[in-house]
Amino acid sequence: MDVTKIRADFPILSRTVRDGKPLVYLDSGATSQRPRQVLDAERAFLEQHNAAVHRGAHQLAEEATDAYESARARIAAFVGAAPDEVVFTKNATEGVNLVAYAFSNAATFGGESARFAVGPGDEIVITELEHHANLVPWQELCRRTGATLRWYSVTDDGRVDLDSIELTERTKIVAFAHQSNVLGTVLPVAELVARAKAVGALTLLDACQSVPHMPVHFGELGVDFAVFSGHKMLGPSGVGVLYGRAELLAAMPPFLTGGSMIEMVRMEGSTYAAPPQRFEAGVPMTSQAVGLGAAVDYLTDIGMDAVHEHELELVDRALAGLAEVPGVRVVGPRDLVDRGGAVAFVVDGVHAHDVGQVLDDRGVAVRVGHHCAWPLHRRFGVAATVRASFHVYSTPEEVDALVEAVRAAREFFGVS
Amino acid sequence: MQLEQMYQEIILDHYRTPHGAGLREPFDAESFQINPTCGDEITLRVRMEGDVVADVSYETLGCSISQASASVLTDLVVGKSKEDSLTVLGAFQAMAQGRGQVEPDEDVLGDGVAFAGVARYPARVKCALLGWMAFKDALVRSEEKP
Repeated sequence: MDVTKIRADFPILSRTVRDGKPLVYLDSGATSQRPRQVLDAERAFLEQHNAAVHRGAHQLAEEATDAYESARARIAAFVGAAPDEVVFTKNATEGVNLVAYAFSNAATFGGESARFAVGPGDEIVITELEHHANLVPWQELCRRTGATLRWYSVTDDGRVDLDSIELTERTKIVAFAHQSNVLGTVLPVAELVARAKAVGALTLLDACQSVPHMPVHFGELGVDFAVFSGHKMLGPSGVGVLYGRAELLAAMPPFLTGGSMIEMVRMEGSTYAAPPQRFEAGVPMTSQAVGLGAAVDYLTDIGMDAVHEHELELVDRALAGLAEVPGVRVVGPRDLVDRGGAVAFVVDGVHAHDVGQVLDDRGVAVRVGHHCAWPLHRRFGVAATVRASFHVYSTPEEVDALVEAVRAAREFFGVS
Repeated sequence: MQLEQMYQEIILDHYRTPHGAGLREPFDAESFQINPTCGDEITLRVRMEGDVVADVSYETLGCSISQASASVLTDLVVGKSKEDSLTVLGAFQAMAQGRGQVEPDEDVLGDGVAFAGVARYPARVKCALLGWMAFKDALVRSEEKP
């Protein structure tokens, strides 16, 4: 993999920040940068084919619909799904909410959807390391329905403790991250899916931090639902994906309703289209979907195995480099076993915000705070961490710049 | 280097040796404030003697900016009348939210003028204001006290 050549595709990486310092972008876990190929695809679509999709019979409408559906098919193939198992959402958060609201709507929707209904005594299971996007929607589902939220706890070394709770026959869904956005931990998907299946529960995988960084095949993983977002995988913001097994989507009630998602509308009531259209109410994001299709093509050309290997090398270097800085504690696994590319750490005596400020002053962009995983930070007894995260364009030199900047932060605040 | 503009020596001094830190009794009102973007927290107590702010005590879990700001706050408001303390608060807030365009008045803000550099970093303005928002809230609560 030629990182220099890849970096040339990302114009933003050659800019400078904070008085002429080269940008060292280590915040791809929050949002990734986009290559020219993605920007060009969006522009070409808008300049040549733009129209509202799935309505209208003119040539532009046909071309726009073809571009939108072609993107869906390529994205589906990228994650081991059939095209009609891929629902476009505005982001991954909406995908989780779509499933959670479908579950509560199921109580009154009738028909086949009754199988999704949850109520008092039923259990929704998550883990303690979830991003708020895979936590708060389930809290709210429980509030609406009277169901109970339970969670697997996290061990000191940042793994999910599979012995911390037992699933029961009242467990309706087990929702968990594929890879922690803070710790980098890769969760034991096969084991969690097996346990859920054993009690007849469904599974939802938050794949926001896995699909952009490693080969992922939802069919082989055996999960029932999965979500991921475009902007973390070199694609546009404003587009995300909900994957659902075809048989489940077909039985699920809608979340948002309105135009496009209908089969037949009368004043007395309406019936709804087959998936995925049933879950795509209104005129959808289109250039964004096309851009995400281009991002998938770009990643496919490089090869997700190569992307993953590249990132692991960077994680290895970061863990080794940070281990040599006194007073730095990595929160999460300190080896490469079942681990991906997010490295969170605290610096003794220097608050994460202050570390981040020194890094920023040197052009190093990282995330500081709780990274939308507040309960996980409480679990580790810290208010905030510094998180470096990588993508295909990140380099070993940037990792070294990070480590050097952390040393500088200690020096600046007089803790060295 | 831009860094020194934000972390002026006065700020670092207050951070290393905070004034008035710790929670004390008696107090008339307490406020707990949190910065949802980073999880930083402050618990701040106010004791009034008539119309005068007699004591401000606090406990923070936060960055150097939020801690130093709380320390400066105690210096600036303790001993002042409620009205005067709110004037200082207003001046501090105007400076912090001024994106570096507001010229701070040292006669009003004392050591607080050191936070003018923070105003140029929008992401850190909330850090500088956390303690002040807690103070404002505690003042309101102290009025509600029977």
